[in-house]
Amino acid sequence: MPFKRYVEIGRVALVNYGKDYGRLVVIVDVIDQNRALVDAPDMVRGQMNFKRLSLTDIKIDIPRLPKKKSLIAAMEATDVKNKWENSSWGRKLIVQKRRASLNDFDRFKVMLARIKRGGAIQQELAKLKKQNAS
Amino acid sequence: MAPRKPRASSRNPELIHGIGKYSRSKMYHKRGIWAVKAKHGGVFPLHEPKAAAPTPAEKPPKYYPAEDVKHPIPNRRKHKLTKLRASITPGTVLILLAGRFMGKRVVFLKQLPSGLLLVTGPFKINGVPLRRVNQAYVIATSTKVDISGVNAEKFDDKYFTKEKKKKNKKGESEFFETEEETKALPREKKDDQKALDTPLIKAIEAVPDLKAYLGARFSLRAGMKPHELVF
Repeated sequence: MPFKRYVEIGRVALVNYGKDYGRLVVIVDVIDQNRALVDAPDMVRGQMNFKRLSLTDIKIDIPRLPKKKSLIAAMEATDVKNKWENSSWGRKLIVQKRRASLNDFDRFKVMLARIKRGGAIQQELAKLKKQNAS
Repeated sequence: MAPRKPRASSRNPELIHGIGKYSRSKMYHKRGIWAVKAKHGGVFPLHEPKAAAPTPAEKPPKYYPAEDVKHPIPNRRKHKLTKLRASITPGTVLILLAGRFMGKRVVFLKQLPSGLLLVTGPFKINGVPLRRVNQAYVIATSTKVDISGVNAEKFDDKYFTKEKKKKNKKGESEFFETEEETKALPREKKDDQKALDTPLIKAIEAVPDLKAYLGARFSLRAGMKPHELVF
């Protein structure tokens, strides 16, 4: 079981601790054994400990320490945003956020929908059972 | 001269609280008392004192207390109306947290002069009548109902006070009888409830699932953390 996701310049990572929790950043340089210089389109470039980063599968093609404009252009070119939102990890996070922001009324509507869905499944199952039995 | 409007601001600017810029004599000059006096021949004109109404002769009291009686200073402070939480606006759906209707979701109508909230089920949907409720025992959800067709003007605290029971001082035999007279709700109150609820129910039925929502009680299930829930 070799490593698949490497720390390299252009690796997209998710911040998993601290003020920028949940933000997608790009590793733009490695400072030393523990720290990387990270950058994102809407933040000031800064250092972050690797322990705060969770590496993702996405990598973009940038030279060391690109200018903000070229960073943004490279991110657009590899379409980081859509790749992330379509990945199972990214989708999970979106669903978690949506569930956390549900209103009391929304939770009620979700409950009704789940009951309805369960009912539909049970009906189909009953139909199939009947077919099998006969 | 016809009575003039009094001057808007003082002629003596405040240097610090309690200390004005100008001295007494300067202020005398500024106000122009000297000019008024000059106009009226050296005397400041005064109105004739009103003839005081003759006070009736007071009888000396029959009884003087032996020692001085201390009188408490009368308290003239007035309460301010309880501050309504910003999340509670007319039409908000509230969750009652205590009492007979614990967990019920009700519609908020208005704040009464006593500070309590006027709330209704509506009665036909969840059995909660027009009722007063304390803000502290309520969770405000972010769901709002359109309350523009509802008229809650006539309801105030007096509408909800219990009628005073007359005390029977005579008849010890009545002590042994149970005096429970459950009074039926007067027809008037039932009509008020209906009159208020009909436009409200119409507005509620316009929103899908809202009627069922208001009919259901709120409860915490496994995994629900109140401090993380968005209401």
